[in-house]
Amino acid sequence: MSAEHDPEGMTRRQLMRHSAWFGAAVVLTVAGGEVISHVAGSAGAAQPAKPAMRFAQISDSHIGFKGPANTNVTDTFNHAIGQINGLDYTPDFVIHTGDLTHMATPDQFDQVKHMLGELNTPHVFTVPGEHDSTDDAGQKYRQAFGAGTRGDGWYSFDIAGVHIIGLVNTLNMQKLGHLGADQLEFVEKDVAGLSSDTPIIVFSHIPLFAMYPDWGWGTDDATQALSYLKRFSSVTCLNGHVHQLFSKTEGNVTFYSATTTAYPLPAPGQGPAPKPVTLPAGKLRDALGIREVSYTKGQQSLALKDQKLT
Amino acid sequence: MKVIASLAAVGVLFTAACSSPASNTTAASPSVSFQSGMTPGMSGSAMPAMSGMQSPPASASATTADSPAPQGGTAVSISNFKFNPATLTVPVGATVTWTNQDEEPHTVAGKDGSFHSPGMDTHGTYSFTFTTPGSYDYICSIHPFMTGTVVVTK
Repeated sequence: MSAEHDPEGMTRRQLMRHSAWFGAAVVLTVAGGEVISHVAGSAGAAQPAKPAMRFAQISDSHIGFKGPANTNVTDTFNHAIGQINGLDYTPDFVIHTGDLTHMATPDQFDQVKHMLGELNTPHVFTVPGEHDSTDDAGQKYRQAFGAGTRGDGWYSFDIAGVHIIGLVNTLNMQKLGHLGADQLEFVEKDVAGLSSDTPIIVFSHIPLFAMYPDWGWGTDDATQALSYLKRFSSVTCLNGHVHQLFSKTEGNVTFYSATTTAYPLPAPGQGPAPKPVTLPAGKLRDALGIREVSYTKGQQSLALKDQKLT
Repeated sequence: MKVIASLAAVGVLFTAACSSPASNTTAASPSVSFQSGMTPGMSGSAMPAMSGMQSPPASASATTADSPAPQGGTAVSISNFKFNPATLTVPVGATVTWTNQDEEPHTVAGKDGSFHSPGMDTHGTYSFTFTTPGSYDYICSIHPFMTGTVVVTK
C-alpha cells in the first residue's frame, strides 16, 4: 500500500531531514470523545492510510512592520510560503490566522494578497487580526479577503468530513477579543445540523481560551461559542496573535496557538507589555515557522506538526 | 501505490472523492463545500482561476510623519503599551497630542466615539482638539487593554 503516505514514517523521515523541531510531532487520537495525544513514534500506532485532509497554517506575517525585531518581514514571509510549497504534498488549503498586515494600509493588503497567491494550494483562507482592522472595523480587510464570507467576515466550510469555521474576534473589543451576538448566533446555527462525531476545527486570530487576559490574549464571549461545540467529540481551535506556540486542552476542545512569520512576542507576563522581542543575530528564524495539520479518516485522528522557518 | 498520488491530485479539487470511505486508496484531493454557494477565501497558485481578486480602494494611509514632540501639559506619550499620563487634565479648547514611542502601532479611540485616530506607527502622532468640557475615556483599539482619560475643564 501507500507506505509513502504513512504519517508516522513521514515524521521520522522529516525528523532525519530537519535536525531541530519546535517540538515533537504530536498525534491527537480521538476515541470515544476523549482526546489522547502522544509524541509521534512513541505509541507505535502505525497509520498506513493517506490523510483525508492536509492543510498548512501560517500566521501573523505583519507585512509593513519595520523594526529591529525583524528588518525584513517580507523576506521571512516569503520563506514561509516557500517552505509550504516545498512540502512533499500539496496542502488542501492554507489558513492564515490573521495580522496579515501591520497597519492595514491598502498597499500592505495588496502585497500580502499577492504573496498568498504564490502558495501552491487550491485554497487560501484567512481570518483578520486586529492589525488588519486598525481603524475601519475591518472594511479594507473584507475588501481584500471578505468575498463569500458572512457578517463581518466569518464563514464555514466542509472538507473530507471535517467542519471548519473561520471566526472574526478582532472587532468591537473592550479589553479582550470579541465575537459578538451575530457571530455567536451564526456558530449556533452553523453546527446545529451536524452529527456529534463530525470533527470541528475553528480558526480565529485571538485565542478562544484565556491565555493571558492582561495582555488581551483571550476572547470575552468565547465560552458561549464553545458551548455550542460541547457535544462534538473532536474540537480543535487554531489561533495566532500571540506569536508563539502554545497548546491547552479544556474538555473536548484543544487549543493551539501558532507562531508567527514576523517576530516573536514575550511569553505571557514576561516584561511590561507584549512588545516585539529582538533576538540575537541568527536566532530569529528559530522563533518563526509554519504548521502542518492533517486529518485521517477512519483513524479519527488529527496530527499537528510545527516546523521552524528554515 | 504511487508516490505521485498527492501530486496527481493537484487541479482536480472538485471531484467528490472525499465522501469515499476508502480514503487510503483515494488519489484525489478532498473537495471543499460551502454553504449556499458562498466561496470564502482566495485561490492559491495550485488552482488556475484567480477570481475575486480586487484592488483595495485608495484610502487615507495610517502612517503619520515624525512630528516635533508636543509641549508640556497637552502631550500624552504612548510607551510600553501605556498612555502617560493615563489621566490628562486640559482646559476646554486645548489640543492634545499623542505620540507613539512603541515599536507596535497604537490608536487613540474615544469610548463615546467622538475621536478615533488612525493607526500610529512608531513615532507617529495624533492630535485632537477638545471643545466641550467633560471626561473622555479612551482606549487603543488595537490593544484595548490600554486605557486613558482626558478631563476637559471649563
